[in-house]
Amino acid sequence: MNWETVIGLEVHVQLATKSKIFSGSSTTFGAEANTQASLIDLGMPGTLPVFNEEALRMAVKFGLASHSSINHRSAFDRKNYFYPDLPKGYQTTQLHEAIVNHGYVDIPLENNEYKRINVLRAHLEEDAGKSLHEDFQGHSGIDLNRAGTPLIEIVSEPELSNAKEAVAYLRIIHTLIRYLGISDGNMAEGSMRCDANVSVRPVGQKELGTRTEIKNINSFRFVERAINTEVERQIDLIESGGRVIQATRLYDSIKNETRPMRSKEEANDYRYFPCPDLLPIEIDDAYIEAVRDSLPELPDQKATRFQKDYQLSAYDAEVLVVSRELADYFERCVQTSKADAKLCANWVTGTLLGALNKGATDIEQSPVSAEKLGGLIARIADSTISGKIAKTVFDALWDGANSADEVIEKEGLRQVTDSSAIQGLVNEVVDQNPEQVESYRAADEKKRKKMFGFFVGQIMKASKGKANPQQVNQLLLEKLEK
Amino acid sequence: MHRKTLADIALGLEKKEFSSVEITTSFFERIKQLDPDINSFITVTDEQALIKAKLADKQRANNTASPLAGVPIAHKDIFCTEGVKTTCGSKMLDNFLSPYNATVIEKCEAAGLVMLGKTNMDEFAMGSSNETSFYGPVHNPHNLNCVPGGSSGGSAAAVAAGFAPAATGTDTGGSIRQPAAFCGITGLKPTYGRISRWGMIAFASSLDQAGPMTQNAEDAALLMNVMAGFDPKDSTSSDKPTEDYTAKLNVSLKGKKIGLPRQFFSQGLDPAIEQSVRDALTVYEKLGATLVDIELPNADLATPAYYVIAPAECSSNLSRFDGVRFGHRCENPANLADLYSRSRGEGFGDEVKRRILVGTYVLSAGFYDAYYLQAQKARRLIKNDYLNAFEQVDFIAGPTAPSTAFSLNNEIEDPVAMYLNDIYTIAVNLAGLPALSIPCGIASKLPVGLQLIGNYFSEADLLNAGHQFQQNTDWHTQLLAQSVR
Amino acid sequence: MPLDENQVNNIAQLAHIEINPEDISHYTRDISNILDMVKQLEQASTTDIEPLSNPLEQIQRLRADVVTESNQRDKLQENAPLTEKGLFLVPKVIE
Repeated sequence: MNWETVIGLEVHVQLATKSKIFSGSSTTFGAEANTQASLIDLGMPGTLPVFNEEALRMAVKFGLASHSSINHRSAFDRKNYFYPDLPKGYQTTQLHEAIVNHGYVDIPLENNEYKRINVLRAHLEEDAGKSLHEDFQGHSGIDLNRAGTPLIEIVSEPELSNAKEAVAYLRIIHTLIRYLGISDGNMAEGSMRCDANVSVRPVGQKELGTRTEIKNINSFRFVERAINTEVERQIDLIESGGRVIQATRLYDSIKNETRPMRSKEEANDYRYFPCPDLLPIEIDDAYIEAVRDSLPELPDQKATRFQKDYQLSAYDAEVLVVSRELADYFERCVQTSKADAKLCANWVTGTLLGALNKGATDIEQSPVSAEKLGGLIARIADSTISGKIAKTVFDALWDGANSADEVIEKEGLRQVTDSSAIQGLVNEVVDQNPEQVESYRAADEKKRKKMFGFFVGQIMKASKGKANPQQVNQLLLEKLEK
Repeated sequence: MHRKTLADIALGLEKKEFSSVEITTSFFERIKQLDPDINSFITVTDEQALIKAKLADKQRANNTASPLAGVPIAHKDIFCTEGVKTTCGSKMLDNFLSPYNATVIEKCEAAGLVMLGKTNMDEFAMGSSNETSFYGPVHNPHNLNCVPGGSSGGSAAAVAAGFAPAATGTDTGGSIRQPAAFCGITGLKPTYGRISRWGMIAFASSLDQAGPMTQNAEDAALLMNVMAGFDPKDSTSSDKPTEDYTAKLNVSLKGKKIGLPRQFFSQGLDPAIEQSVRDALTVYEKLGATLVDIELPNADLATPAYYVIAPAECSSNLSRFDGVRFGHRCENPANLADLYSRSRGEGFGDEVKRRILVGTYVLSAGFYDAYYLQAQKARRLIKNDYLNAFEQVDFIAGPTAPSTAFSLNNEIEDPVAMYLNDIYTIAVNLAGLPALSIPCGIASKLPVGLQLIGNYFSEADLLNAGHQFQQNTDWHTQLLAQSVR
Repeated sequence: MPLDENQVNNIAQLAHIEINPEDISHYTRDISNILDMVKQLEQASTTDIEPLSNPLEQIQRLRADVVTESNQRDKLQENAPLTEKGLFLVPKVIE
């Protein structure tokens, strides 16, 4: 039988506010246990929440960037359940009236087309603390530093058809929140977490299969593997006569398997009701428009501009706008080099990204600044050095050299453009290789082309790569055809 | 000494007739001597009080004291007091030393009031008789075999017995007004949001409101001047400016209209109480007010709506008591579920458990619409009744409670019968309105309370109405005089 | 009676409150009585009536995003039954 997969993602994004959603505690990551847990975060008797305006603004920013409708009225509800990392015995969240509804994002597919994925809702809520499972006299330890960190939970419609699409969706969300500056999106630190609702059904069947929810997947790679593993498990199960049971599962990245979560086995009856300690949030059009005005240029807008202003291909533009930092780097590079933007794009997406990738570092930590790379590209553009020599200069910059000009001067890498000097090299090489010259002259057009390269190589070698390749070609051709 | 009002004490301190240390000491002596029979205090804070009293005396000597500096007060044990045991009447918090002060406490401290101690109360403010307290029942100073009412029974009894000139209380469904009525004192439940709830251990967040419990309306006004006001730490606190609550005390009531809801004078009301209330109302007529019959058509919905909403909110509010960060923790829990269920099973008393279970049930899947949502709609109907009534009248009057203080151990066995004690007070909390209970008579040797309900933020008008009554009658002083010795 | 003992046990489990087996019958009776009393709500005609969650019907005030709290761990853990290395301890949590 042929199977079809249906996936919906719930993405939890920690908002990059300074203080918590309902208290004045710091949200800094990595502090010593419980040193950022105040009276309110601990749920001390008598304490009350007051809502952080920045969390609201950030949620609205996401809503606008995802083409969603922003609700003029939203409200907090309590989701009641007992867990040691949930100090009050309820999570303050938005069930009945979310701040953001009905948006979409377009995700790139492998065939270079786009697929529109609808965002059902994005709501504000508070994060829980952490349970540490190392052994403390047979106990678990509870750290509530994270409790009360503002989150938006972004819920997609079940419109993703495979693990790759899920990852593409997640990357788009990641790009958006980073552009908006509303989260650092660091999955390893848990600033962005993903739950995947996965089901399968025979191709052609209308109704959805029974879904399972895979909780807390913490990297792009694991999202893909967890979904594939779960899809496989469900198909195997059904094909061997079994039945998928609706449950919450955990992904074990070491064993590459999903397993049911024991702690969530008890029947969940969250007894949602409006939080009586918080009042409805009301915002007007003026507020929404002010937030809209404060939005940065978003990835698709930037890509369009790059194609228009720099005459870049759609592909190059898209690669460059993947992060705001990369796009900014590119633009600074263009500014400094005053050169052809296409050349800059090639260098940034090719050599630079390759080197960053190889060095497992990112654009913000790049050893070669946009200004340095721009300086290098300027020297290519004005023919001071050849593209090939430029690679050597780049390596020197990567290793800490101050500027391209300094490297070129110090190493004497300036390109040779003096015709008489190049003529000398051409003569020398032709004279030293009479046999090759003879067979070249005897060869047909097709073979000649290949053999021509031999002479160019010898000449370039003799010039230590510094001879201007165009001039070499021209003078060599004249000499051989003579 | 022990019958001096807040105003008397402030004046005496001002005139240096006595010192704060003297008056504070005299209250402690009286508490020590007589409270064993009443049980109105859970904690007495004599050491801290005397330090504070000395400071106040010093300020008085330097003429740098605020008007109420050095005046003693008792606080209901629902308010968090830094470094002082804060139990909420529960075994759950028997060992809880609050790490911070409630806003009400901060404001009282800032005004120079001297805390005598923390008063007994129904566990987590759930009860109308003070019998649900982990610290034992409070006895009514007018008759030790009777309850003082609840949940602020300790505060009411302490004021009535002359252990404190005034006390703070909280009112979720009548918990200030009903014990005030049972003990023959004055109690004001302000408009919801008028006094900060920060640091007041929550029972039902959308209903809870703190207020003063005093010997007369004038003192209540003085305390309102201290307690009321916007608090940025409480999202539900009102930012409407406060006023001087003593400013209107002597305004004439001529031309005021007082509405008498038919529903407040119907079956179930003790005829002796009805008589007292009707007599009191003639006093208002003499003061120039007119009495108007009105209808509150949805009055019957108040008790059922309340017993959905209050338990629902409490079931959630009390989830934080799980034996992990504070409060009672069972011995040797076998696992996490055992830690929760035994800590909570052991830490909470019967009435609290009952309400948590009711609240858990009404919010559970499949029942939410029928119970909770329907109750919230009924709540609006009730509020609308009052809004309509206040188009016609300035105040609504009636008995505070359908009976006088009942005997200890009488009704606690039947929770529903107990709940009906609050039939006249509950609607006020659902609507969020202010209401005052003042002593207005005696029935079977026990005090009777008159309840006056006002429109939103009309506390000063209510206190004016209370004060005018007290200027023209002596129930408030007579009743206190007949209280314990 | 609207509830039986089994249901009360289930509610108690959801609320994480241990009820002694000998008490379950009186809890069942009391809670049933309360629910019977509450049943009056059914008679209220509430078509087109908006639920009222908060009596004043104000809107939420917003707090500036400022860190106002400092580390108070030692003080705040004075009431904690069991801690180690600044952590609150609970019986082993199994996910």
